[in-house]
Amino acid sequence: MSATISPTRQPTGPIANSLTSGQLPRFVEWYVLAGSLALSAVLLLLMGFNIAGWLVLAAVIYLIALGILSIVVENRRKATDRVVRGLVTVAFLLALAPLISTLFTVVANGIGAVNWNFITQTSGSTFNADTLEVTQQVGALQAIVGTLIITGIAALISIPIGILTAIYLVEYAKPGNWMARTVTFLVDVMTGIPSIVAGLFAFSLFTLIVGPKAFSGFSASVALSVLMIPIVVRSCEEMLRLVPGDLREASYALGVSKFSTITKIVLPTAIAGIVTGIMLAIARVIGETAPIFMAASFTDNFNANPFEGPMQTLPVMAYTGYKFPGQDIAASNDSAWGAALLLVILVVILNLIARVVAKVFAPKGSR
Amino acid sequence: MSKPGPSSPQQRAPKGMRAKARPADRIFLGLSTGSAASIMVILAGVALFLIIQAVPAIMADWQNNPELNEGPTSGYANFWTYVGPLIFGTLFASAIALIIGAPIAIGIALFISHYAPRRLAGILGYLVDLLAAVPSIVFGLWGIIVIRPFLLPLSDWLNTYLGWIPFFGGTVSTTGSTILAGAVVLAVMILPIITSISREIFLQTPRLHEEAALALGATKWEMIKMAVFPYGRSGVISATLLGLGRALGETMAIALIISPAILVSVRMLTEGENSQTIAANIALNFPIATTLQREALIGTGLLLFVISLAVNMLARIIAGRAGKSALKKRKKMLAQLPPSDPSTVLAVDDVLAGRATAAQATTGAAAAIDGDETETSKEEREGNDA
Repeated sequence: MSATISPTRQPTGPIANSLTSGQLPRFVEWYVLAGSLALSAVLLLLMGFNIAGWLVLAAVIYLIALGILSIVVENRRKATDRVVRGLVTVAFLLALAPLISTLFTVVANGIGAVNWNFITQTSGSTFNADTLEVTQQVGALQAIVGTLIITGIAALISIPIGILTAIYLVEYAKPGNWMARTVTFLVDVMTGIPSIVAGLFAFSLFTLIVGPKAFSGFSASVALSVLMIPIVVRSCEEMLRLVPGDLREASYALGVSKFSTITKIVLPTAIAGIVTGIMLAIARVIGETAPIFMAASFTDNFNANPFEGPMQTLPVMAYTGYKFPGQDIAASNDSAWGAALLLVILVVILNLIARVVAKVFAPKGSR
Repeated sequence: MSKPGPSSPQQRAPKGMRAKARPADRIFLGLSTGSAASIMVILAGVALFLIIQAVPAIMADWQNNPELNEGPTSGYANFWTYVGPLIFGTLFASAIALIIGAPIAIGIALFISHYAPRRLAGILGYLVDLLAAVPSIVFGLWGIIVIRPFLLPLSDWLNTYLGWIPFFGGTVSTTGSTILAGAVVLAVMILPIITSISREIFLQTPRLHEEAALALGATKWEMIKMAVFPYGRSGVISATLLGLGRALGETMAIALIISPAILVSVRMLTEGENSQTIAANIALNFPIATTLQREALIGTGLLLFVISLAVNMLARIIAGRAGKSALKKRKKMLAQLPPSDPSTVLAVDDVLAGRATAAQATTGAAAAIDGDETETSKEEREGNDA
């Protein structure tokens, strides 16, 4: 019996450690990465160097080298695993590239145009009768004011409707109620309305009410509200559902009415999340271009009356500066970048406020 | 419907013990119900006003109408021959964006949910969500001065070596204002929406499934193939559809980057043969259009509304069905079980509970990304747990 088995069991050399054999060393991925970066640099130095090409080539070499190495030393399955890990990481780095590139481009191009005068002046040309010279004045004040007014009105419309709808869905509607189900579905669908369609809706609405050429800041606010309401509803709903049911029941047990329970118990508990959601919703719609362009058109004049006449806004200023430049094309492009930078700064500020609010006003004791 | 909720148990309670129904209560109930109803009114209003404005142009005789025979709308037999190429262009640009963007987005989601160190995952997720906060106009400007020149060498290469494929044929653009450049920017814009929904779904995979796969000797990738992907399939599909919906309606990036023509062309690298999209066509022609031409543009907008509504509804239905099919499966699984084995019944419950929450997360996360508050809500949840 033993005679038949022993020949196959006979070890032919030193016994390998079964736990470490057939495996690549621990930090092999970093070594391969360094190697492929170097190889790629050498190859590209021969052909002409650029950073994007260097990184892309390095990534390709890295994936191939690691795959081959792993197939030789380990096995197919582990090779696939390592290559997928590499691919997934590359995908993530690939997503960071546009983010960094966008922010860098906006700051680099906009920083030259943005100064105190740009913020405090309106743009337009002034004619000096004495010297017969026309001086072109570049400024974004009309756009800043327009953006703030239009977004402000949109927020005034959307926030009450949004919060009240969320309260209806969470506090009043029975689960399975047809209206609650319909509203939830419609809110979901509304988040997908193309922004330009919202602009066309506002334009059509005000054309029918006021007549042709019904451009106004208020019309743009209505368009933005269509986009903003679903965002507010969803975020408020989410926050209200996080309020523990115990709190409500404790309140009812003390004989407090539903209205007081909602306003004094539920809303204060969820207020940090609600404010955060609203800030992010404002940050989202403040950058919308198409609906404002449809509904409020564009102008270089200062107009602070939202109910009459076209109104300029920062995103539209950035768009028209590039698409319909004035006589001095370079200056138009510059002011477009300036407007874009101001817009990004506004969005960043709103995002920061949102995060600070979330941190500072979080319910006490939960952190 | 007018008086839902706990008002009925209150009425049934013995006199003297029920809470006082103050007028404020009724007013508040009315207000919140009214707000909810206003959502339906608004959506109906959007459709109604677009239809009212669009009907004259859709019904008009385009060949003999002097107003429609000049400017951007000249030379079309009727509304449908005008809008046909536009619909094709919209779908084509979005499809390219989806082909480029969706695999990368799903890769990022996997990286954040399963590969990145746990501590970094939150920050990395926030970085991707930041992409969603950048205004579309900024992406448009960025596309003009960064993406256009960046893609030129690639376009040349594709045209020289793969020019026999219709997509890469034709004369290569020298400025780079091609549909490919537009689609690349679109892909960047839909990344965050697909990523954050897929990420939420992947994180919902039951820990037991993953550990079971690993315990059987699967590598990480095999574990993901066997446990994570099957579990999150419907969620990822609906995330992709929501990304498609976003790409369909994107206006400014396309309007700024592409130099368009209204025609059906699959060429991606040419200058004057780029199929135009509905949204960009409206943005470009709206300021110069006359009344009837504007109504024609609104008509194309109505079709865009219908298309994106259909895509979004499909996405929600797929996301919702995941929950329903789980319930059906529960009955099946229970029927197959030996009747008296509590541990298996519990196990089935465990699996299905996980599935149901995943379905909820799909819809929740889908809406959440629109306000980028996935991050905050998650923090909140963790806070509550603590």
